[in-house]
Amino acid sequence: MVEHPQTAEESPTVVVDGLHVTYRVHGAGSGRGNAVRALRGLLSRAPSPAVRTVHAVKGVSFVAHKGEAIGLIGSNGSGKSTLLKAVAGLLPADRGRVLTRGQPSLLGVNAALLNDLTGERNVVLGTLAMGMSRQEVAERYDSIVEFSGINEKGDFVSLPMNTYSSGMSARLKFSIAAAKTHEVLLIDEALSTGDSRFQERSRRRIAELREQAGTVFLVSHHHKTVTETCDRALWLESGTLRMDGPADEVVAAYEQSVAAKGR
Amino acid sequence: MATSTAPPRPLPPDLTAYALAHGLTVSGARPGLRQYVHQLWSRRHFVAAFATARLTAQYSGARLGQLWQVLTPLLNAAVYYFVFGELMHTKDDVSDFVPFLVTGVFVWSFTQSTLMAGARAISGNLGLVRALHFPRAALPVSYALQQLQQLLISLGVLAAVLVCCGQLPRPSWLLVVPALALQTLFNTGVALVLARLAARTPDLAQLLPFLLRTWMYTSGVMWSVAQLVRGDSVPGVVRVLLECNPAAVYIALVRYALIDSYGTAQLPAHVWALAAAWALVAGAGGFVHFWRAEERYGRG
Repeated sequence: MVEHPQTAEESPTVVVDGLHVTYRVHGAGSGRGNAVRALRGLLSRAPSPAVRTVHAVKGVSFVAHKGEAIGLIGSNGSGKSTLLKAVAGLLPADRGRVLTRGQPSLLGVNAALLNDLTGERNVVLGTLAMGMSRQEVAERYDSIVEFSGINEKGDFVSLPMNTYSSGMSARLKFSIAAAKTHEVLLIDEALSTGDSRFQERSRRRIAELREQAGTVFLVSHHHKTVTETCDRALWLESGTLRMDGPADEVVAAYEQSVAAKGR
Repeated sequence: MATSTAPPRPLPPDLTAYALAHGLTVSGARPGLRQYVHQLWSRRHFVAAFATARLTAQYSGARLGQLWQVLTPLLNAAVYYFVFGELMHTKDDVSDFVPFLVTGVFVWSFTQSTLMAGARAISGNLGLVRALHFPRAALPVSYALQQLQQLLISLGVLAAVLVCCGQLPRPSWLLVVPALALQTLFNTGVALVLARLAARTPDLAQLLPFLLRTWMYTSGVMWSVAQLVRGDSVPGVVRVLLECNPAAVYIALVRYALIDSYGTAQLPAHVWALAAAWALVAGAGGFVHFWRAEERYGRG
């Protein structure tokens, strides 16, 4: 057993140990003339050529502590969202491990709900799926709908979600997920959706959640949001950890590297 | 004590041991079976609400709306009556053919639609699976519950058809309750197996209709298994297979409960034991089979 000198003071909430994540994409092949090959692939259980594996996170290690807000930055496809999903336990690790205190929760604008059902039903189902009791759902229902601002321009909450604009459904999804307090909270770009009033509301809600939660992770392309909300940042580049340090330093180093490439 | 702007502390050499020493647990790890059952039980309200929401949303695009809950099973029975009753004259071999047929069609549809739904339970809800944490078995179980609700509506229709055909309610109708309870358990178990298989191999959803149709034609939905096996033309092995077929067992039990002229002579031997055994094997086996891949759903 390795004893770390600062053990008494430390309270880690997320430990990522040499994490590798790959995921499979179906339908990447040409889709023509490969029926026989596909069948053979099914029988032999070998990876078929139409299924491509993407090695999105390659050997990332870090420790996050209670009270930290950590920003994840990096270019598109650098593995930020995949890393977040792996921390949430929604994507399994290929190699390495993710260990957490409690069950981390991922708030994402991509958190898909049931589009053919009404907003009302989605609020109830989403909160029940997160493990709330019927009574808690009944108590929080009004505040969730109010927070989302869905009903500001008429009774939209009783319409199916596929009639919503993308901004509206993103707001409702965020409101549902943010209704619960979490020990480890993972936020994927949620701050950039919605109008400025909703952004302000959600920023306040995240600050609240961060006080109650132990640790907050935030993926964002808005570097101002990262430096304002986070004290620490991780810079990912094609699946590996380039830099881990104070948010303003990491963001500055990242912006410098982008500017250097652009020249 | 590190301040918020201090550089991150050096990583401990063995991260996993360090994390375990601080009481952290592996994220997204599969819970033990007992804990899994407990988790599923704590989401029972989600399971019920999801089933009801799907049932009511099912026909929301149609003009006649919820009326289709009743019309769909009726039209199904009408089609089979026309083909098998009138065109192929099966009705001459079976007494009370209309109650016989409608009961068979409704009981079979319950199994068929539960299995079809089960195959879509995970693969059709990947967004939900990837976004939220809950025991995944909640989805196939919820789909099975939705089909049970649908069946209860169909039973209302069935009762009306039976009364119209002169089959008046009698105490033996109550036997429908244990028979359908066992069938529900069986269906849910197989739906859990299919949900896991289809999550890994999406092609199963294309193949399943053909498998189910074959199964339907061998289950005596529109003909009498009892009459077929009575003759000497059927080899012993085939007879045993036909009589042990779980779909045929549940159909026979419901017919026995509801139809006057369908007596014990038409039931296979040890029919209740068979029904219970199928329900237990499929229910428990399906649940464990599904649970063993719990941490892999939603990948890829």
